[in-house]
Amino acid sequence: MDFATFLIQLLNSLQYGLLLFMLAAGLTLIFGIMGVVNLAHGSFYMLGAYLAYALSLYFNSLTLAILGGAVLAALFGLLLEWLLFRHFYHRDHLDQVLLTFGLIYIFEELRSILWGDDVHGVAIPDFLGASIPLTENLSYPVYRLFMSGVCVALALGLYLLISRTRLGMKIRAGAFNRDMTEALGVNIKLIHAVVFAMGVALAAVAGMIAAPISSVYPNMGSQVLIMCFVVVVIGGIGSVRGALISALLVGLVDTFGKILLPSVAGMLVYMLMAAVLLWKPEGLFKS
Amino acid sequence: MTSRRLVLSQSAALLGAASTGLLLPETARAQPGKIRVGLMLPYTGTYAQLGVAIENGFRMAVDEQGGKLGGREIEYFKVDDESDPSKGVENASKLVQRDKVDVIIGTVHSGVQMGIQKVARDTGVLSLIPNAGAHAATRSLCAPNVFRTSFTNAQPTRALGKAMVDRGHKKAVWITWKYAAGEEAFEGFKESYTAAGGTILKELGLPFPNVEFQALLTEIASLKPDAVACFFAGGGAAKFIRDYAAAGLKGKIPLYGSGFLTEGVLDAAGAAADGIITTMHYSDSLDTPRNKAFRLAYAKTFRLQPDVYAVQGYDTGLLLAQGAAAVKGDMSSKVALYKALESATIDSPRGKWTMSKAHNPVQDIYLRVVENKENKVLGIAAKALADSGAGCKMA
Repeated sequence: MDFATFLIQLLNSLQYGLLLFMLAAGLTLIFGIMGVVNLAHGSFYMLGAYLAYALSLYFNSLTLAILGGAVLAALFGLLLEWLLFRHFYHRDHLDQVLLTFGLIYIFEELRSILWGDDVHGVAIPDFLGASIPLTENLSYPVYRLFMSGVCVALALGLYLLISRTRLGMKIRAGAFNRDMTEALGVNIKLIHAVVFAMGVALAAVAGMIAAPISSVYPNMGSQVLIMCFVVVVIGGIGSVRGALISALLVGLVDTFGKILLPSVAGMLVYMLMAAVLLWKPEGLFKS
Repeated sequence: MTSRRLVLSQSAALLGAASTGLLLPETARAQPGKIRVGLMLPYTGTYAQLGVAIENGFRMAVDEQGGKLGGREIEYFKVDDESDPSKGVENASKLVQRDKVDVIIGTVHSGVQMGIQKVARDTGVLSLIPNAGAHAATRSLCAPNVFRTSFTNAQPTRALGKAMVDRGHKKAVWITWKYAAGEEAFEGFKESYTAAGGTILKELGLPFPNVEFQALLTEIASLKPDAVACFFAGGGAAKFIRDYAAAGLKGKIPLYGSGFLTEGVLDAAGAAADGIITTMHYSDSLDTPRNKAFRLAYAKTFRLQPDVYAVQGYDTGLLLAQGAAAVKGDMSSKVALYKALESATIDSPRGKWTMSKAHNPVQDIYLRVVENKENKVLGIAAKALADSGAGCKMA
């Protein structure tokens, strides 16, 4: 591998890692703050992708579709939280797993009823459609760089929100001691609803941003779900910072594994997880 | 611990029930009026549409015979196999033991097919495979009562190598998912490409169903081959085609593939798919009177455009009709029935084909190019191409 190729592969791994982070951030947020194991997280990703497909046909613009879709997804998250999840915060993790596992099937069936089982494409907006030539026969799509930009912006936004704002302070307090926070006059139910809606919206936005390059197809959520959990577990459950570091690490291992050790590439990420858990059983950053 | 013991005892009870079922005398089978046809296909999940297309095609063929096979009416028994390999044996057994079917039509997923194959070999029930391309079904595990009407995974790519070398592409990179279907497609490509004088620079793979291709596309660009050949299908295929174009490889390094790369994904892939050359046993745009008549009739009946899966279902119906006619509907005279199926010539929308000794179609493989969201036929890449059938010993 020459140096230029190495740098491009580094860029590939960074870009993949950032996408993984965006996917996993919502999951780790919901788990860390509310203690809910949400297996349906992949379904929110799929929901986002299909929303991007449906809304971009309706608005004739992906940008509008993403903005509208994010709002719809957040509203959907609020509704779900109010109907179902709020009744599960204090219950066993097994109950939560059963609930969210059931939701996967319900969302998959709804998707089939609403949009059918076809594979769909979503057009890349014209202003992001170009590619930057890197070598004589390889170009880098501008859209992928745009995706990375969005991921970085979201990571930064999340960090500022949680560490620097009043809402963030209440969220952290609620995660630390729910009853005490409530006793101090904070409406913890509202906080939880907001965090849950944010988690759903994050997954949906990831799906919407990824839709143009991944295309939109049945069961797409279940594929990303496992990777999400790997990222969250390596990073330390509930830690947003851990998720970022771990996503970048997974991106690096996956990308270079495929090229340098193709025969075991499928296992490498899981070996990384096993190694990290042996070394730090609670993940890199315990929240 | 208690829960595991509970599960164990429950499954033991189930096993017991199943084995007593096996011991029951076969009185229920005694001369019914109708031929009992078991449809074991995916009706939910990723492959749901394929299951429906196959059933539609099959029913259409039967309806063309006046709704009867060998003069007997038909009763259908449907099972949704969910493309779940762990339920393959159970579902196929249900059709044989409970519903006493004369024939199982199924299925799409190769893993599930292996379950059906086991039941077919154990019970001797007639099994017609309308899609799954797993090699073993007509190779090492072939059986007198198992017939395939579709393809083996290596069949399309067996016609690909020569077509590539003929176009001057002598150094190629192969890329696929590392799973059975991908490996089997590679076997066909390797054999035909090296035989035609081509060199495979590198074999690239990623775990199924991973769709993060960027690292491998970068690798392809640095290897600078004359062409790339691949096996992908479904949503992953659409993404691969788009990523390939977005990485700037399209137009610089031609992309070839087994025909499944461009089936059912051309709308999703859009202009990125233009110019991709594939080999397969059918194309929607095949310009023959037989195909046009079939497509028109299918579209009228089901208000849907038929695809390759509908054709395979249709051919399964044609094959069974020929067999049943030869034995005048007496599905229990197996020797005569299998002989008729073995020697059948199917006048299919894809062109006429016959059965190989291992019970897999001997068929023309077409060379196709994507133009305006359509697989346009360039010609025949290989005439009357058979699978090797390696390791098949009929009992």
